[in-house]
Amino acid sequence: MFAFNDTSETRIKKIMAKYPEDRKVSALLPLLTLAQAQEGYVTPEAMVEIGQRLDVSPAYVESVCTFYTMYYTKPVGKYVVKFCINISCHLNGCDNLMEYAEKKLGIKEGETTPDKKFTLLKEECLAACTEAPVMQVNNKYHVNMTPEKIDQVLGSYK
Amino acid sequence: MTEILFKAINTPNLTSIDVYEQTLDGYQSLKKAFEKKPEEMVELVKASGLRGRGGAGFPTGLKWSFLAKDVFPRYLACNADESEPGTCKDRELIMKNPHLLIEGMILCSYACQIETGYLYMRGEFWEYEELMDKAIDDAYAKGYLGKNIMGTGFNLDLYTHMGAGAYICGEESALLTSLEGYRGEPRLKPPFPAVEGLYGKPTIVNNVETLCAIPFITRNGPEAYSAIGTEKSKGTKLVSVSGHVNKPGNYEIPLGTPTIDLIEKYAGGIRNGNKLKAFIPGGSSVPMLPASKADTPYDYESLMEAGTMLGSGALIVIDDTANVVTEALGLAHFYMHESCGKCTPCREGTRWMYQILTDINNKQGKPEQVELLSDICDNMSFKCFCPLGDAAVAPVISSIKYFPEDYEELIGSMKTAQPVGTP
Repeated sequence: MFAFNDTSETRIKKIMAKYPEDRKVSALLPLLTLAQAQEGYVTPEAMVEIGQRLDVSPAYVESVCTFYTMYYTKPVGKYVVKFCINISCHLNGCDNLMEYAEKKLGIKEGETTPDKKFTLLKEECLAACTEAPVMQVNNKYHVNMTPEKIDQVLGSYK
Repeated sequence: MTEILFKAINTPNLTSIDVYEQTLDGYQSLKKAFEKKPEEMVELVKASGLRGRGGAGFPTGLKWSFLAKDVFPRYLACNADESEPGTCKDRELIMKNPHLLIEGMILCSYACQIETGYLYMRGEFWEYEELMDKAIDDAYAKGYLGKNIMGTGFNLDLYTHMGAGAYICGEESALLTSLEGYRGEPRLKPPFPAVEGLYGKPTIVNNVETLCAIPFITRNGPEAYSAIGTEKSKGTKLVSVSGHVNKPGNYEIPLGTPTIDLIEKYAGGIRNGNKLKAFIPGGSSVPMLPASKADTPYDYESLMEAGTMLGSGALIVIDDTANVVTEALGLAHFYMHESCGKCTPCREGTRWMYQILTDINNKQGKPEQVELLSDICDNMSFKCFCPLGDAAVAPVISSIKYFPEDYEELIGSMKTAQPVGTP
């Protein structure tokens, strides 16, 4: 079973008001984002619930959900660590940083630590190229990364 | 230094509406705009020579004048899906000066008789959703948004809408599709958004930087804007300089500034005393150029003449320690990852390019594979549904054209290449 909690319900009211009444499927992405924020990933049950609210099928919700890379359809760690691997970060040595993070966390790209704390991902350009190399932890930017800064930033997530 | 977009950008608390009003005469341009008829505002922007800063460089006022006549409601969708590798100017504008963007969105909406506007931000800008929501709320509280704005009878509602990770949604028709709650796939054009856009209604899609230039043009007149730049490339441009430079950053330049000045004077030159090897002037979707072309003036026409494009204004600088094949491989991976899969040449072509470049980069490539790469590029150019396919071709084909020695370093002499198709 999936149900939006009270905080989400308050947000949903605001979200639905943004779009014309006969176009409520526009709220699909924002609702998926809320469901993920609540559960850590988008569960099949959440897709059913969202579909019912927006008058679309669960299969439709899934087809949209799986198009966008920021939605997870499997459980991830409490903190998702993303390293940009695109050109500006590459020119500034992101490969070494990724390797460093893999060693530090003892996992490979795409994996989650056994204690379910960190998931490590490669990410395409995060639009902070002048502050490369760039890392995000749960969508918060950390820029001009170095191995020391990785220690410091990851250590701050308890 | 001419500063229009970045004027006082580092003022503390500029994100506060009061500080914005005090520091930059914030929202004062509205009074001037409301003295004019909407169509006069369109003419004003036309006269300024402002061109779209998202990548295509289409004249902004002209775009506004293409709106289907007498069809309402109309929509504004501000494109803040900034995803072009190398580009991060819109992020700086949003995080440091959100009210400048809101002011620009109000002016555009007034000129185009729009009553609802959406700010489509890429999902990774999650931190700035709250910031923009707060800024929009504050603008409502001051009476710059909502019903009967400043007693003019003009109504406008603005909303943020977050994407969720898809480069293709920066393409205007895909952005609208995504905003409607679909997979972010591009639509066939025509009809263009100005005729049939969001929810099938006339829609203006403008980039953040484009809209941020409108308050200056409204306040100071189109001549003040068109006095800056070159004959055809008017005004200032934000350029994100990244890569192998000492001082990477977003710099505002008058269009026409020599590219080498951006690298040497603004960005402090090549780091570690190395030499400039190549540069990509307009984001990863435009052809790279060799160092010998670094004196090209940074404007739409000059870069076009030099065989590349100004694009989104992202200057990626590569020094002589890099092999451009490795960088082309990284970009091939990006386009493969971001191809939406709708059309075959792009979906298959990006994959092939990635596989071949992987072989070459692993020193397992053959000379004829370079020719095959060119052939794939040829079969993608102008044959894909949307510009993503052409974009994917640009870095690869230009790396072959200007840096054959980098390929030779990885696969040996290319003179032994067999024609494609030879068993």
